[in-house]
Amino acid sequence: MPQKPIFSLRGVYYSYPGASSPALRGADLEVAQEEWVALVGANGSGKSTLAKLCNALLLPTRGVCAVLGHDTTDHAFAEEIRANVALVFQNPEDQIVASIVGEDVAFGPENLGLSSDEIRARVDKSLALVGLSDKRRAASHSLSGGQKQRLALAGALALNPKALILDESTSMLDPEGRDSFLRCLGELNKRGLTIIQITHRMEEAIAASRIVVIDKGKVAWDGLPVDFFSGEYARWNFEIPPEVALYRELASHGFIAGGILPTVEKMLESLCL
Amino acid sequence: MPIEIQNVSYTYNSGTSAAYEALSDISFTVERGEWIAIVGHTGSGKSTLAQHMNALLLPQSGSVTVDGIKSREKSKELRTVRRKVGLVFQYPEQQFFAETVREEIAFAPSNWGVSGDDLERSVLDAAGAVGLDTALLENNPFALSGGQRRRVALASIIAMRPDYLVLDEPTAGLDATGIRELSSLLGRIRDSGLGVVQITHDLQSALTESSRILVLENGRCVTSGTPEEIASYLLDNPVRGLLIPPLVRFCAGLRARGVRINLTSGLPEVLARLEEARG
Repeated sequence: MPQKPIFSLRGVYYSYPGASSPALRGADLEVAQEEWVALVGANGSGKSTLAKLCNALLLPTRGVCAVLGHDTTDHAFAEEIRANVALVFQNPEDQIVASIVGEDVAFGPENLGLSSDEIRARVDKSLALVGLSDKRRAASHSLSGGQKQRLALAGALALNPKALILDESTSMLDPEGRDSFLRCLGELNKRGLTIIQITHRMEEAIAASRIVVIDKGKVAWDGLPVDFFSGEYARWNFEIPPEVALYRELASHGFIAGGILPTVEKMLESLCL
Repeated sequence: MPIEIQNVSYTYNSGTSAAYEALSDISFTVERGEWIAIVGHTGSGKSTLAQHMNALLLPQSGSVTVDGIKSREKSKELRTVRRKVGLVFQYPEQQFFAETVREEIAFAPSNWGVSGDDLERSVLDAAGAVGLDTALLENNPFALSGGQRRRVALASIIAMRPDYLVLDEPTAGLDATGIRELSSLLGRIRDSGLGVVQITHDLQSALTESSRILVLENGRCVTSGTPEEIASYLLDNPVRGLLIPPLVRFCAGLRARGVRINLTSGLPEVLARLEEARG
């Protein structure tokens, strides 16, 4: 069950220096520990800005952004916030720092000043979680795009964060890689990791415990995936994944009742013939 | 006469410590008027295989024969093979260089010595074949939309009047509408008598569009057959990098409940069978 809030944004505005209009215009959002929130919305809606505010990479121009109960404008807590909220960007090339896979994952824990035994243990565990254990000694540049993306995730997990923010972090994975990445997230979430996942892909939103739609710098909709896909979905101009296309047709012809998640298994279960 | 690939193997950096076997003992044929899909994970050898079909790569063992012409080093007929088999790379629009669409499309045929009215006809025919508005011929290709650019790239290969068209991930980077349009375009090209080979990791489009599918894994052909046979195979034998599309999984679930339905049925077909089952 959701617990106390880990992220709390109240009336947050953010303007990039020199921009004519703000990227966020009064965003309100509260995320409790152990939630898995899919943040969806069009390009330029303010999703990535919101993500950066959540680990104090950006500070609000107006309004209050609190992480782990601390106002992010209070620099005394910046270190604590960044140690507990890991951010993984879209392009893994931007965040790989070492030439050897194992060393890259060790970079974060080393900066935390951990013992070498602890660092080794974290590197082992993180690489195993993302399925890259056999690449530990490989050159980072020799990895495929999908593997680099998993390496970036391993680097974030090695920090043992309380929360993970993913900004389109599956964009370079093939369908199977995306599937195993999602299963890995599900597993981590079950073990208590809070996840905010920015995505364009509705199949990823289906896996989350909550969906938040960002539009024009504000939270435009907030609720359960099952409610989103039963009705709300149609209002937004999102690409329709095959599961959802099937779900809509089955529901409109009365083969399934509404109010279920559009997964193949659920649809087969609730089929009325 | 077909493209015949027989027992083809290919190793990159052969004889060095970085040797990498990309293809191992691959055999299949492509007839004109059919659409073959080659599917497999990243690194499965799909693109290496594509480059063998128009003699960009020559087989290290085995043979590639196009309409009776065997691809051999220094063969004077390699030119003919390259004209007969048009190869469309992934993101072909990244190779644009001309200032107008007309120039871009005319480039290949003029290199083959086509000129004057014949060249103009080649350009117009190719533009027509891909459904490109002739008003766009004077436009700068870089100023077109993604879907239009992909059409120009296709037209520039079709202008060579090839007998076979090999496309490496032709739907990559297109949105759902773009993918649908491209699929129906390739269907028309196939119907006009060309052999179409589509390299893809999009199993759904391979299952719905092609007449035969070749499945590669780590450079080997694990199976080949009709879309229906491949769907059934994959349900029992997972292959690296290939996710079974939701609709196929749904059809398999319906079958398990006694509904008579093909695994590769489209949505309208699924609804019709369900309607029957509801009686």
